[in-house]
Amino acid sequence: MAIELKMPALSPTMEEGTLAKWLKKEGDAIVAGDIIAEIETDKATMEFEAVDEGTLGKILVSEGTEGVKVGTVIATMAGEGEDAAAAAPAPAAAEPPAAAPTSAEPEAPQPAKAEGATARPASTAKAARDPEVPTGTAMKTVTVREALRDAMAEEMRADERVFVMGEEVAQYQGAYKVTQGLLDEFGPKRVIDTPITEYGFAGVGTGAAMGGLKPIVEFMTFNFAMQAIDHIINSAAKTNYMSGGQMRCPIVFRGPNAAASRVGAQHSQNYGPWYASVPGLIVIAPYDAADCKGLLKAAIRSEDPVVFLENELVYGRSFDVPDTDDWVLPIGKARIVREGRDVTIVAYSIAVGMALQAAEELAGEGIEAEVIDLRTLRPLDREAILESLAKTNRLIIAEEGWPTCSIASEVMAICMEEGFDNLDAPVLRVTDEDVPLPYAANLEKAALIDAPRIVAAAKKVCYR
Amino acid sequence: MAKAARSKTTDSAPSARDQHDFALHSLQESHEKALRYDASTEQMLDFYEQMLLIRRFEERAGQLYGLGLIGGFCHLYIGQEAVAVGLQSALKEGLDSVITGYRDHGHMLAYGIDPKVIMAELTGRQAGISKGKGGSMHMFSTEHRFYGGHGIVGAQVALGGGLALAHQYREDGGLCLAYFGDGAANQGQVYETFNMASLWKLPIVFVIENNQYAMGTAVSRSSAETEFYRRGTAFRIPGMDVNGMDVLEVRQAAEIAFAHVRGGNGPVLMELGTYRYRGHSMSDPAKYRTREEVQDMREHRDPIEGLKKTLLERGKSEDELKDIDKRIRATVSEAADFAESSPEPDPRELYTDILVESY
Repeated sequence: MAIELKMPALSPTMEEGTLAKWLKKEGDAIVAGDIIAEIETDKATMEFEAVDEGTLGKILVSEGTEGVKVGTVIATMAGEGEDAAAAAPAPAAAEPPAAAPTSAEPEAPQPAKAEGATARPASTAKAARDPEVPTGTAMKTVTVREALRDAMAEEMRADERVFVMGEEVAQYQGAYKVTQGLLDEFGPKRVIDTPITEYGFAGVGTGAAMGGLKPIVEFMTFNFAMQAIDHIINSAAKTNYMSGGQMRCPIVFRGPNAAASRVGAQHSQNYGPWYASVPGLIVIAPYDAADCKGLLKAAIRSEDPVVFLENELVYGRSFDVPDTDDWVLPIGKARIVREGRDVTIVAYSIAVGMALQAAEELAGEGIEAEVIDLRTLRPLDREAILESLAKTNRLIIAEEGWPTCSIASEVMAICMEEGFDNLDAPVLRVTDEDVPLPYAANLEKAALIDAPRIVAAAKKVCYR
Repeated sequence: MAKAARSKTTDSAPSARDQHDFALHSLQESHEKALRYDASTEQMLDFYEQMLLIRRFEERAGQLYGLGLIGGFCHLYIGQEAVAVGLQSALKEGLDSVITGYRDHGHMLAYGIDPKVIMAELTGRQAGISKGKGGSMHMFSTEHRFYGGHGIVGAQVALGGGLALAHQYREDGGLCLAYFGDGAANQGQVYETFNMASLWKLPIVFVIENNQYAMGTAVSRSSAETEFYRRGTAFRIPGMDVNGMDVLEVRQAAEIAFAHVRGGNGPVLMELGTYRYRGHSMSDPAKYRTREEVQDMREHRDPIEGLKKTLLERGKSEDELKDIDKRIRATVSEAADFAESSPEPDPRELYTDILVESY
């Protein structure tokens, strides 16, 4: 029986990759441990190692092919005593499987569909253009990962005081490849690999900011920043106030936040509400690449301490980013990412993608949803929320995080306190379940927010 | 018996074998060759005046606390004066940076910062150095490169590492002096910082002010290794064991340590054996030690009395020294009057200085 070699999943979030190079030819004898091919994920180039012995039969995906879905049969191998030539599979097997085995991922829409860049046949609503982008600006398509890197590189070129420190940011090129290339351009003085010592290096970064530099401290994930939260809050956030405005702390703490994929409870938490509750901090949680770039640049330029929450699942998604030298966005301003008149969906970070997907579905049922991306969690853009509520009279919040004491709770409070007269229905929150995030694929899926849940809540407040 | 009371030759000193086991003692050896700083009489008078100012200021702060004019936590520096004065006198003013914990009044006074604005901060007035919004534990003077004044035990050590990183990054030749206590010396982030500071050769002097008690817990009850100057061993940081009750010994040790750090050799860890006469804070009755222990220290090891003796030996008269005391009492009284009579912060201050920019 021929052995099928399939495109392997090489990281928790990998959905597809590039078959960079075949290192064996058809007919080559293979022993376990041989490197058969090189596969490029969005983070790294990985070696694909044989686990069985035999002869390489037919190569089904030629080298250089991009976007090969995980699970696709890329070659066949004949076992001992089998005819390698006969090991070609039935033609159907060459087709990529319909479903990637990463079904536990949150139902994140593919960017092309979600962004409103393509036609929305069922919808009369238009995707809202960012008013910050001047008309006629040329756009280029980049991933969120690249946008973040570009933001750092541009600001480092502009200001000698800016430097990056964190675990694996330099030689390894970033645990999630966000700092890729920075060491080559700026050298080890400005791109500093730290030991695994979050409390310590968060303190060192904060002290360096007090001493007049502008550090960008990368946490490999914000889950690890809990070890360092004392410096973020007690040292960075409060010092300007405690010193009567004498001592500034211009620092950016950044890294992936919230649930990734199948990494369990300790690696899957949204800290947005935690940091957003602290006076003295700026908290930014953008969704698309343009916002990531424009807001990270603004964060680096700010004289205040900023917590910048990224999302690992979004790093590899591509979006249009204005192709200008100086794309900087204002902190504290939400954006209407889709206009609508029937119901407002407030979201931030990865939930914006889900909200857009939900809005698309709702449009098919005749409900025009307005989607607001908060972008900044502190200071919160209350006016944007209330203005939209005044227009639609119904509001729900979509948040990939726990419901209790959440950003959703805060938005609900704002609607009650300042928008009560405009409400035609109770405000609802659509969030993750109130449980530690489980590992099992089905349980994880059940615990996380998704577009269907947003659709159901929107219909409920529309009494449909 | 408290370590500060120990002379280098008594039984409680580390044995020769212990010393041999501690490899990173080259700076200590240099220090022991010339224990006391060869100060001019003028310099000594200066040290005397500074130490006396701290003592009288703190005594007054204790009184104002008793009167309810100072609230919250208030940690006095009485007994430890020689440490801040001896070390800070060796700094390059306007270049080097200093950071400490919550027992910070003495360090600010040693910088020559106006006692009025410090006392007014203690009483929570608009004229305080932090506009009354920081209080006793949270005072800063960026003008003097004094970076606080931090209320979280041990936080200043990592922050100090960052200040040192900034010196190294700017290549300005400055160093950071980071003070912490024997209590903070058991915080994990201290060792995280030791590791990075040594790895990156940061220009930082770690100063453990060992006043023998972490709040009410004697060092021997909290610390497996009570010879704190050895705590950098695992990180290849040389240690110095310094008598913190003699300002001239402190100053001499500072000369050696600072030269080492300025030479690009990475951090130094100094343990300053000292003693606080008062409780941990104003609300601490200090029942964990005997009156005799405190009394013995006051009588035999007091840093101000010790320097006074040296000054008299140098031919200064009792009257001259009394005049200094008089002048200082007047300065402190003036500061206290100012702190009592100046207005509280404007209610609008509640909402200022939260963020630097508007969004």
